[in-house]
Amino acid sequence: MTTPLVEMQHMYVSFGGVHAVQDVSIELYPGEILGLVGGNGAGKSTLVKTLSGAQKADSGQILINGSPVTIYNPRDAKALGVETIYQTLALAENIDATGNMFLGRELTSGLGNLDDSAMEAATRQIMARLNPKFENFKQPVARLSGGQRQSVAIARAVHFNAKILIMDEPTAALGPAETEQVRQLMRQLKSEGIGIILISHDIHDVFDLSDRISVMLQGRLVGTVDRETVTMDEVLAMIIIGKKPGEVTETELEELHG
Amino acid sequence: MRDSEIDVRMLGMLGLLLALWIGFNIASGGTFLSARNLWNLSVQFSAVAIMATGMVIIIVSRSIDLSVGSMLGFVGMFMALFQAEWLPKVVGFDQWYTWIVVLIGGLILGAIIGLIQGAVTAYVSVPSFIVTLGGLLVWRGAAWSLASGRTIAPMDSTFQLLGGGSRGALGGTGSWILGAVAALAIVFYFANDRRKRSHFGLKQRPVWATATMMAIGSAGVIGAVWVLNSYYLPDNLARQVAAERGIQYTEGMQIPLGISYPVLIAVGVMLVMGFIANNRKFGRYVYSIGGNPEAAELAGINTRWTIVKSFIVMGILVGIAAAVSIARLNAATSGLGTGAELYVIAAAVIGGTSLTGGIGTVSGAVLGALVMQSLQSGMVLMRIDAPLQDIVVGVVLVIAVAVDVTFRKRTER
Repeated sequence: MTTPLVEMQHMYVSFGGVHAVQDVSIELYPGEILGLVGGNGAGKSTLVKTLSGAQKADSGQILINGSPVTIYNPRDAKALGVETIYQTLALAENIDATGNMFLGRELTSGLGNLDDSAMEAATRQIMARLNPKFENFKQPVARLSGGQRQSVAIARAVHFNAKILIMDEPTAALGPAETEQVRQLMRQLKSEGIGIILISHDIHDVFDLSDRISVMLQGRLVGTVDRETVTMDEVLAMIIIGKKPGEVTETELEELHG
Repeated sequence: MRDSEIDVRMLGMLGLLLALWIGFNIASGGTFLSARNLWNLSVQFSAVAIMATGMVIIIVSRSIDLSVGSMLGFVGMFMALFQAEWLPKVVGFDQWYTWIVVLIGGLILGAIIGLIQGAVTAYVSVPSFIVTLGGLLVWRGAAWSLASGRTIAPMDSTFQLLGGGSRGALGGTGSWILGAVAALAIVFYFANDRRKRSHFGLKQRPVWATATMMAIGSAGVIGAVWVLNSYYLPDNLARQVAAERGIQYTEGMQIPLGISYPVLIAVGVMLVMGFIANNRKFGRYVYSIGGNPEAAELAGINTRWTIVKSFIVMGILVGIAAAVSIARLNAATSGLGTGAELYVIAAAVIGGTSLTGGIGTVSGAVLGALVMQSLQSGMVLMRIDAPLQDIVVGVVLVIAVAVDVTFRKRTER
């Protein structure tokens, strides 16, 4: 059996007495897409933020490639090959696409001066693949459309040879064509052996793309299931009433559609 | 026009400045645009301009520094005592190195003050408004305590040159040479940018735009040198200077002052700060923090340390401005720089810096400082009473920001 790319074991996060994440353990394997689903406030985003370095866990352990790691901040996470596309996109609105793409990892010339031309060229290259219609490389991203901004956020995460990719609602602002491009990209990255954690409200999206699905409810993990072995209704039951496929009754499944 | 990347805002500011100058020139019967007045204006504007370049960095990263006036007083007093009392006790007066030791001492003190204020802001999370409001009181009090309210004078003879004056300038030939070099550098800069972009196969600005920018830049430099070189030493000083340089003095001899050292320092600071803002990681981080602090943090930027660094830079710039100020006055008083924070912040804001963060340019702030100083100088020439001057400056500040905000709303999106 292969070593998991990521193991998050018994993670706890609380905010002033509110337990946002309680004793959650998930695993991610190379070349796998793990869907992470749950209602609002289920703790999905908080959980992955402990992996991307944006949130400190109160307790729990994270292993990458089998060895325990400590992630105190986003720098640590990136150094370990963890890239994140945040739901908020986390773009500096006043800076252009190129600047955002390389934010915190700017290309510099020998003397440490920013090499804007080289960065723009690299950004154009990746954008040609992700969103060929993208043209506004020198506008502050505040002036871009939602889809274009999302492209920038995705390009940034993909460009730096991520091993582990966290995508928090990556297609929320995209139209059908761009969404399809992102899906295509995810399949491609998966085939390159990258592990992807996909958070989405769109159960169809998750069902389409994921290999396994982890369901959270009120800060706890309901369970992790193989996509192949479950129906969409069974996953819905996990999300809404917190019961695993074996535990749930026919009547409860019926009521979901009620 | 959009491809040209010509900063329309900046052109508007230049237009405003031009209108101001012509208006004052007419109102003052031709005195305002005399070489003498413009030369003096250039010297007076230097200290505020130097500090304004740092204030942009501070405000862009969503902080504020209200303490710069008091810091100027404190660091100025420190440097004055250093060269007039402490150092002479050890090495005697007028050593060749006095000025540089004192200047470095002042810059270090400024940096330390910046470090303290920045650290409390960034690591203790006290809002910079409060930290520097405290600083405004603390450093003013410290300036007074340092010399028990005495005025310290005179300054070291070499140090005095930092303030301009009849000897603190480049002279005619030196100014022309520097002007020519600068004009060539501008042309080279734009040419190099085109070369680099074509190397990566990126889109170029239209040739006319590049050419216009080259022309405006070079012409501006040459014009400024021409004006500053048109101001000649008064007769009695010309006689002295001629004797010092070993030139035979003839009646009516015209010795141009040229670019004064404070102006040279201010321009140098502007170039360095502009470069830091646009071409260094630190500058990029400052803007990203201003645009979205959370995003900057998530991008892996050490935002706290970046904030501390911006305050250190501000402190160093206050040190430079303090040196220029005490050198020009040839003295330090404990009241030196009182109210300067308002002029510095106003210069940055008139120059297009947004107090909500993320927006502002170093060159804009310098232009803002020039507008402020022109207003003041023009009103003095028109013999407008001091209280009325304050009213006008206050009103102009608010109008400038109002116009800016409206303009921005219309161009965005």
